[in-house]
Amino acid sequence: MAIGLNQYLIVAAMLFTLGVAGIILNRKNIIIILMSVELILLAVNINLVAFSTFLGDLTGQIFSLLILTVAAAEAAIGLAVLVTYFRNRGSIAVEDINVMKG
Amino acid sequence: MTPISFALAHTLPELILAGGALVLLMLGAFRAGKGDWIISELAIGLLGIALLTLFFPLEGKALIWDGAFIDDTFGRFMKGLALMGALVSLLLSREYMAREKIDQFEFPVLILLATTGMLMLISAQNLIGLYLGLELMSLALYVVAAFHRDNVRASEAGLKYFVLGALSSGMLLYGSSLIYGFAGTVSFTGIADAIHGNVSIGVVFGLVFLLAGLAFKMSMVPFHMWTPDVYEGAPTPVTAFFASAPKMAAVAITLRIIITAFPGVTPQWQQIVVFMSLLSMALGSFAAIGQTNLKRLMAYSSIGHMGFAMVGLVPGTEQGIRGVLIYMAIYLTMTLGAFAALLSMRVGERYVETIPDLAGLSRTNGSMAFFLAMTMFSLAGIPPLAGFFAKLYVFQPAIDAGFYWLATIGVLLSVVSTFYYLRIVKVIYFDAPAEAFSPVKREVTGVLWVASFGILLFWVYPAPVLTAATNAAKSLF
Repeated sequence: MAIGLNQYLIVAAMLFTLGVAGIILNRKNIIIILMSVELILLAVNINLVAFSTFLGDLTGQIFSLLILTVAAAEAAIGLAVLVTYFRNRGSIAVEDINVMKG
Repeated sequence: MTPISFALAHTLPELILAGGALVLLMLGAFRAGKGDWIISELAIGLLGIALLTLFFPLEGKALIWDGAFIDDTFGRFMKGLALMGALVSLLLSREYMAREKIDQFEFPVLILLATTGMLMLISAQNLIGLYLGLELMSLALYVVAAFHRDNVRASEAGLKYFVLGALSSGMLLYGSSLIYGFAGTVSFTGIADAIHGNVSIGVVFGLVFLLAGLAFKMSMVPFHMWTPDVYEGAPTPVTAFFASAPKMAAVAITLRIIITAFPGVTPQWQQIVVFMSLLSMALGSFAAIGQTNLKRLMAYSSIGHMGFAMVGLVPGTEQGIRGVLIYMAIYLTMTLGAFAALLSMRVGERYVETIPDLAGLSRTNGSMAFFLAMTMFSLAGIPPLAGFFAKLYVFQPAIDAGFYWLATIGVLLSVVSTFYYLRIVKVIYFDAPAEAFSPVKREVTGVLWVASFGILLFWVYPAPVLTAATNAAKSLF
């Protein structure tokens, strides 16, 4: 079986769904949420690189390089916010994020 | 190939803010904590200068930086609003930050960086520019939300905002990648040409994800979950900033991308916008009724207002866009006025933020009571205040385009929302007085006065806003 654009898109869609499910279903740990966010961004990168190859257009690859850069900054900021939260609350369990609600 | 000086002249506000933010960061780091207030003053100055450069007489439309960036009247109008929001929030923040002992120099620098992101977002003309501008804005906002880092509520607000924000930019990116793949280009005008007459399901799918990501930034239902918690948890001046400037940028890019890139799929985006707009108006009207915390109430109020504003986008006409622009200008004034009042609520050395704290304000501070009551009347949309005209200018084009039912439901929901605004007025004027507020600095009172005069006198001389909005809307088509 030849591997065409569709196969790449299916893999990316599965990774994206896994990432979103990881954020929504996860009840334990915020670190897992950060990992799910990375999964989503990498799914997007697979999409972009696959499209870029099959369209014969470099823009998609440039876009995915920029996404990688921004994702690194985003992870750094996410971890920093997480550390300040842990200092105040002493826990990073998802069910403990409930000081404000309504 | 345009000369580099031409491109630089058209990106002047962004360059001033980006360069200025870096210089202020160095200045703050080398002065090592001695008199951080000067950084804040300089940041206000930079925002003011950037605002002035928008008035330079440059020709109508300039597509620069290889088509990634566009400078037009529409962009300049929205940039003006975003810069005003940032400038006034920074002005309001100084006293609060000093009293709460969180007046580090990083705050104005982060505000400058976020504002640079907003300006880039407003001027984005392809998907890459959109993503980079959005992230520059969001990354700075995540940090600002958690700025009071010894406070549980603020750090929880930052964490919630970060997690949901990262999810939304993931969705936006997934949508962008599908649009790129099926349209074969990232440029907005290129997308419009590619889908003209042959709409593939991939592009529509991408459009849904893209609008979901943007709706998150505008805090429209069903992507509003973060708004009440973040507004309540973040320090009040940060909330004022969140409610004003980033909203302008998110609305601007939504209008721009829908009008320039997706005229070929109008029925599809119309459904999504109608759906989100109806739900936002309904949630904003009903969920705010039970709130006692004013910041939380303002969060629901802003969700509702975004719903009303988007009614103007539904017909997709020039008149409708003009209505949205007028709405945003008036919403900015009302929000900043309301937050100036919120930041004047200090009992002893402590800031308070619930509705009962306002009880009997008319007897302890008559002028503030009057101006706050006028702001509330205007947020409710009672004539002849500015808020009424804002709603008029978005409902009128919707009716002209045949969306009678949408306008009717909108007006009815606006009546429902009147309940909680009027309750505040009732508490101010008819309840037994609570403890009087301590005096605040002139700049906070000044913002409340200026905003209230704007609201009260809009009907006397609306011409400047109307003309500017008309020209801006024209340049988008």
